[in-house]
Amino acid sequence: MKTASKLFSPGGDKMKRGRLISFALVIAAYIIIEILLKTGNLSSLFKSLLVPVTCYVVASLGLNLNVGISGELNLGQAGFMSVGAFCGICVSGMLANTITVPVVRLMIAMFCGACLAAVFGFLIGIPVLKLQGDYLAIVTLAFGQIIKSIFMNTYIGFDADGLHYSFVESKFKLQPGGKMLLNGPMGATGTQKIANFTVGIVLILIALIIIYNLMISRSGRAIMAARDNRIAAESIGVPISKTKMLAFVVSAFLAGAAGALYGLNYATLVPNKFDFNTSILILVFVVLGGLGNMTGTIISTIVLLILPELLRSLQDYRMLIYAVVLILIMLVTNNEWLKSRVKGFTSGKAKGGA
Amino acid sequence: MQFLSYLINGLGLGSVYAIIALGYTMVYGIAKMLNFAHGDVIMIGAYIAFFALARFGFPFPVAVLLAMLVCTTLGVVIERLAYKPLRQATSLSVLITAIGVSYFLQNGAQILWSSSSKVFPSVISAGSIHLGSASVSYLTILTILTCIVVMICLTLFINKTKTGSAMRACSEDKGASMLMGINVNRIISITFAIGSGLAAIASVLLASTYPSVYPTMGSMPGIKAFTAAVFGGIGSIPGAFVGGLILGIIEIFAKAYISTQLSDAIVFAVLIIILLIKPTGLLGKKINVKV
Repeated sequence: MKTASKLFSPGGDKMKRGRLISFALVIAAYIIIEILLKTGNLSSLFKSLLVPVTCYVVASLGLNLNVGISGELNLGQAGFMSVGAFCGICVSGMLANTITVPVVRLMIAMFCGACLAAVFGFLIGIPVLKLQGDYLAIVTLAFGQIIKSIFMNTYIGFDADGLHYSFVESKFKLQPGGKMLLNGPMGATGTQKIANFTVGIVLILIALIIIYNLMISRSGRAIMAARDNRIAAESIGVPISKTKMLAFVVSAFLAGAAGALYGLNYATLVPNKFDFNTSILILVFVVLGGLGNMTGTIISTIVLLILPELLRSLQDYRMLIYAVVLILIMLVTNNEWLKSRVKGFTSGKAKGGA
Repeated sequence: MQFLSYLINGLGLGSVYAIIALGYTMVYGIAKMLNFAHGDVIMIGAYIAFFALARFGFPFPVAVLLAMLVCTTLGVVIERLAYKPLRQATSLSVLITAIGVSYFLQNGAQILWSSSSKVFPSVISAGSIHLGSASVSYLTILTILTCIVVMICLTLFINKTKTGSAMRACSEDKGASMLMGINVNRIISITFAIGSGLAAIASVLLASTYPSVYPTMGSMPGIKAFTAAVFGGIGSIPGAFVGGLILGIIEIFAKAYISTQLSDAIVFAVLIIILLIKPTGLLGKKINVKV
């Protein structure tokens, strides 16, 4: 019992409560949605949103580790999702005949996707973490663009002879019964949809356990020390690049797992899906939820993904209103004058997130 | 000589990037923020020029002036409404607000003018001149000349005028400039006005080169120009110029000699390699942090 409670909410009493709230929130949301699903009270629109929302939550949690806890602006989170997604789709496609239980195949695909994304995270981390501030941000942005370009030009097929691959144009011929897994700009087509909501929720819980345990560990404290004052941390012997690399790789790992789950939720997936705008979208979730605040990230991701759907009745104006809401939230939470006005209006209980 | 014509085309594309990058780098240098809505100001400028030319039949210089006027006003209004209340906020909050403004402009344009692309009228005669065996279109020459003129005017403005030195002072130290009696808010507004005016010029050149106008047309040139600004050392005006030109040349050469599809990947890979060698960009200043 004691070890279990330590696993789920490590740290001091006050921090413990905040952490327990995020687990309780996820589990409560899961139970409510399952009840709604069983009683058939959920519209097909919301059903189709369930898995993508869990994917974005995990990717945002990963990015919050990077931006909030480690303090490095990352504009390429969608790139890591992309690596995870296409790796997951390939693995699942190759194992389609060997492992017939979908959940097991999904797990293996997600694990492979996460690991490959982590490897990419490590490789891109070497140049990235030498830089600081906006120069670091631009390299992550460049990485996202490169990954998108590469997947747009990658052709992978699988048949009885094994894997075939080529770049820029499809140069190989598949034997009968073979299958194209990746088809250049058309992306992955004919993917078996094996993702499900329960796995998504489990993934969120795993992500929370990883992040919370990292945060209170020795390495986590080193990460935060490096964020708060790089020079002071370095002078007391914190290895800056190593600690930042750890946050970066874990963040990429989570994005990869989320990407694999996302990719296996759709029959077709184009590389353009994971472009710069998607990276920015995830960053918006993180900043609005509050840097370093995991519960906030979960809530803001859910709200901001559902908001455009709720505004659907406004048709063309919905994204316009979404933009205005975004600007207003930032103004209200960051401007002292507006903040005091709003506080006076709601008799002073609201607290700004970001 | 194929090489020469690729080089000149690269300079042409690079000039457009350089003009856009100037907007990014000036705003960054003075307001210390990444204005992600800059690419969308370009889009608005292109639409204004398109309507002035195609719908109302104004002459070309009038259309350019009109686009500059609208973009300048837009830039100043955006700064007043969205960025000014956030002077004290963290840079990430301002970044998200800029993204919100970008969404707003894109979707506003989509509602006003529909998402289908419009064909920009060709106003600059399609002829070309021959330099040896390489042929260069008038448009490319005009683009390069515009960029040089803009660069010279801007350098003179920054170095010779009173407002220019106030801008340099603000980029060094805002608090101290305020104590010297400089109206920092006014300087920031002027910076946004100049940046947006330049965006309007870039928009006309861009829309003439790739003759289609649509609500998301600004985002990719915006990202490339932002990359160019960082490449040259963000905050540095000559840096934006050099960065833009080099980025344009690399892009055209990658398309010509390696692969059209992979050109974007090559451009960004070169960027990463250069930042590895020069971590603060080509002409960026290395700021030593005092403990």
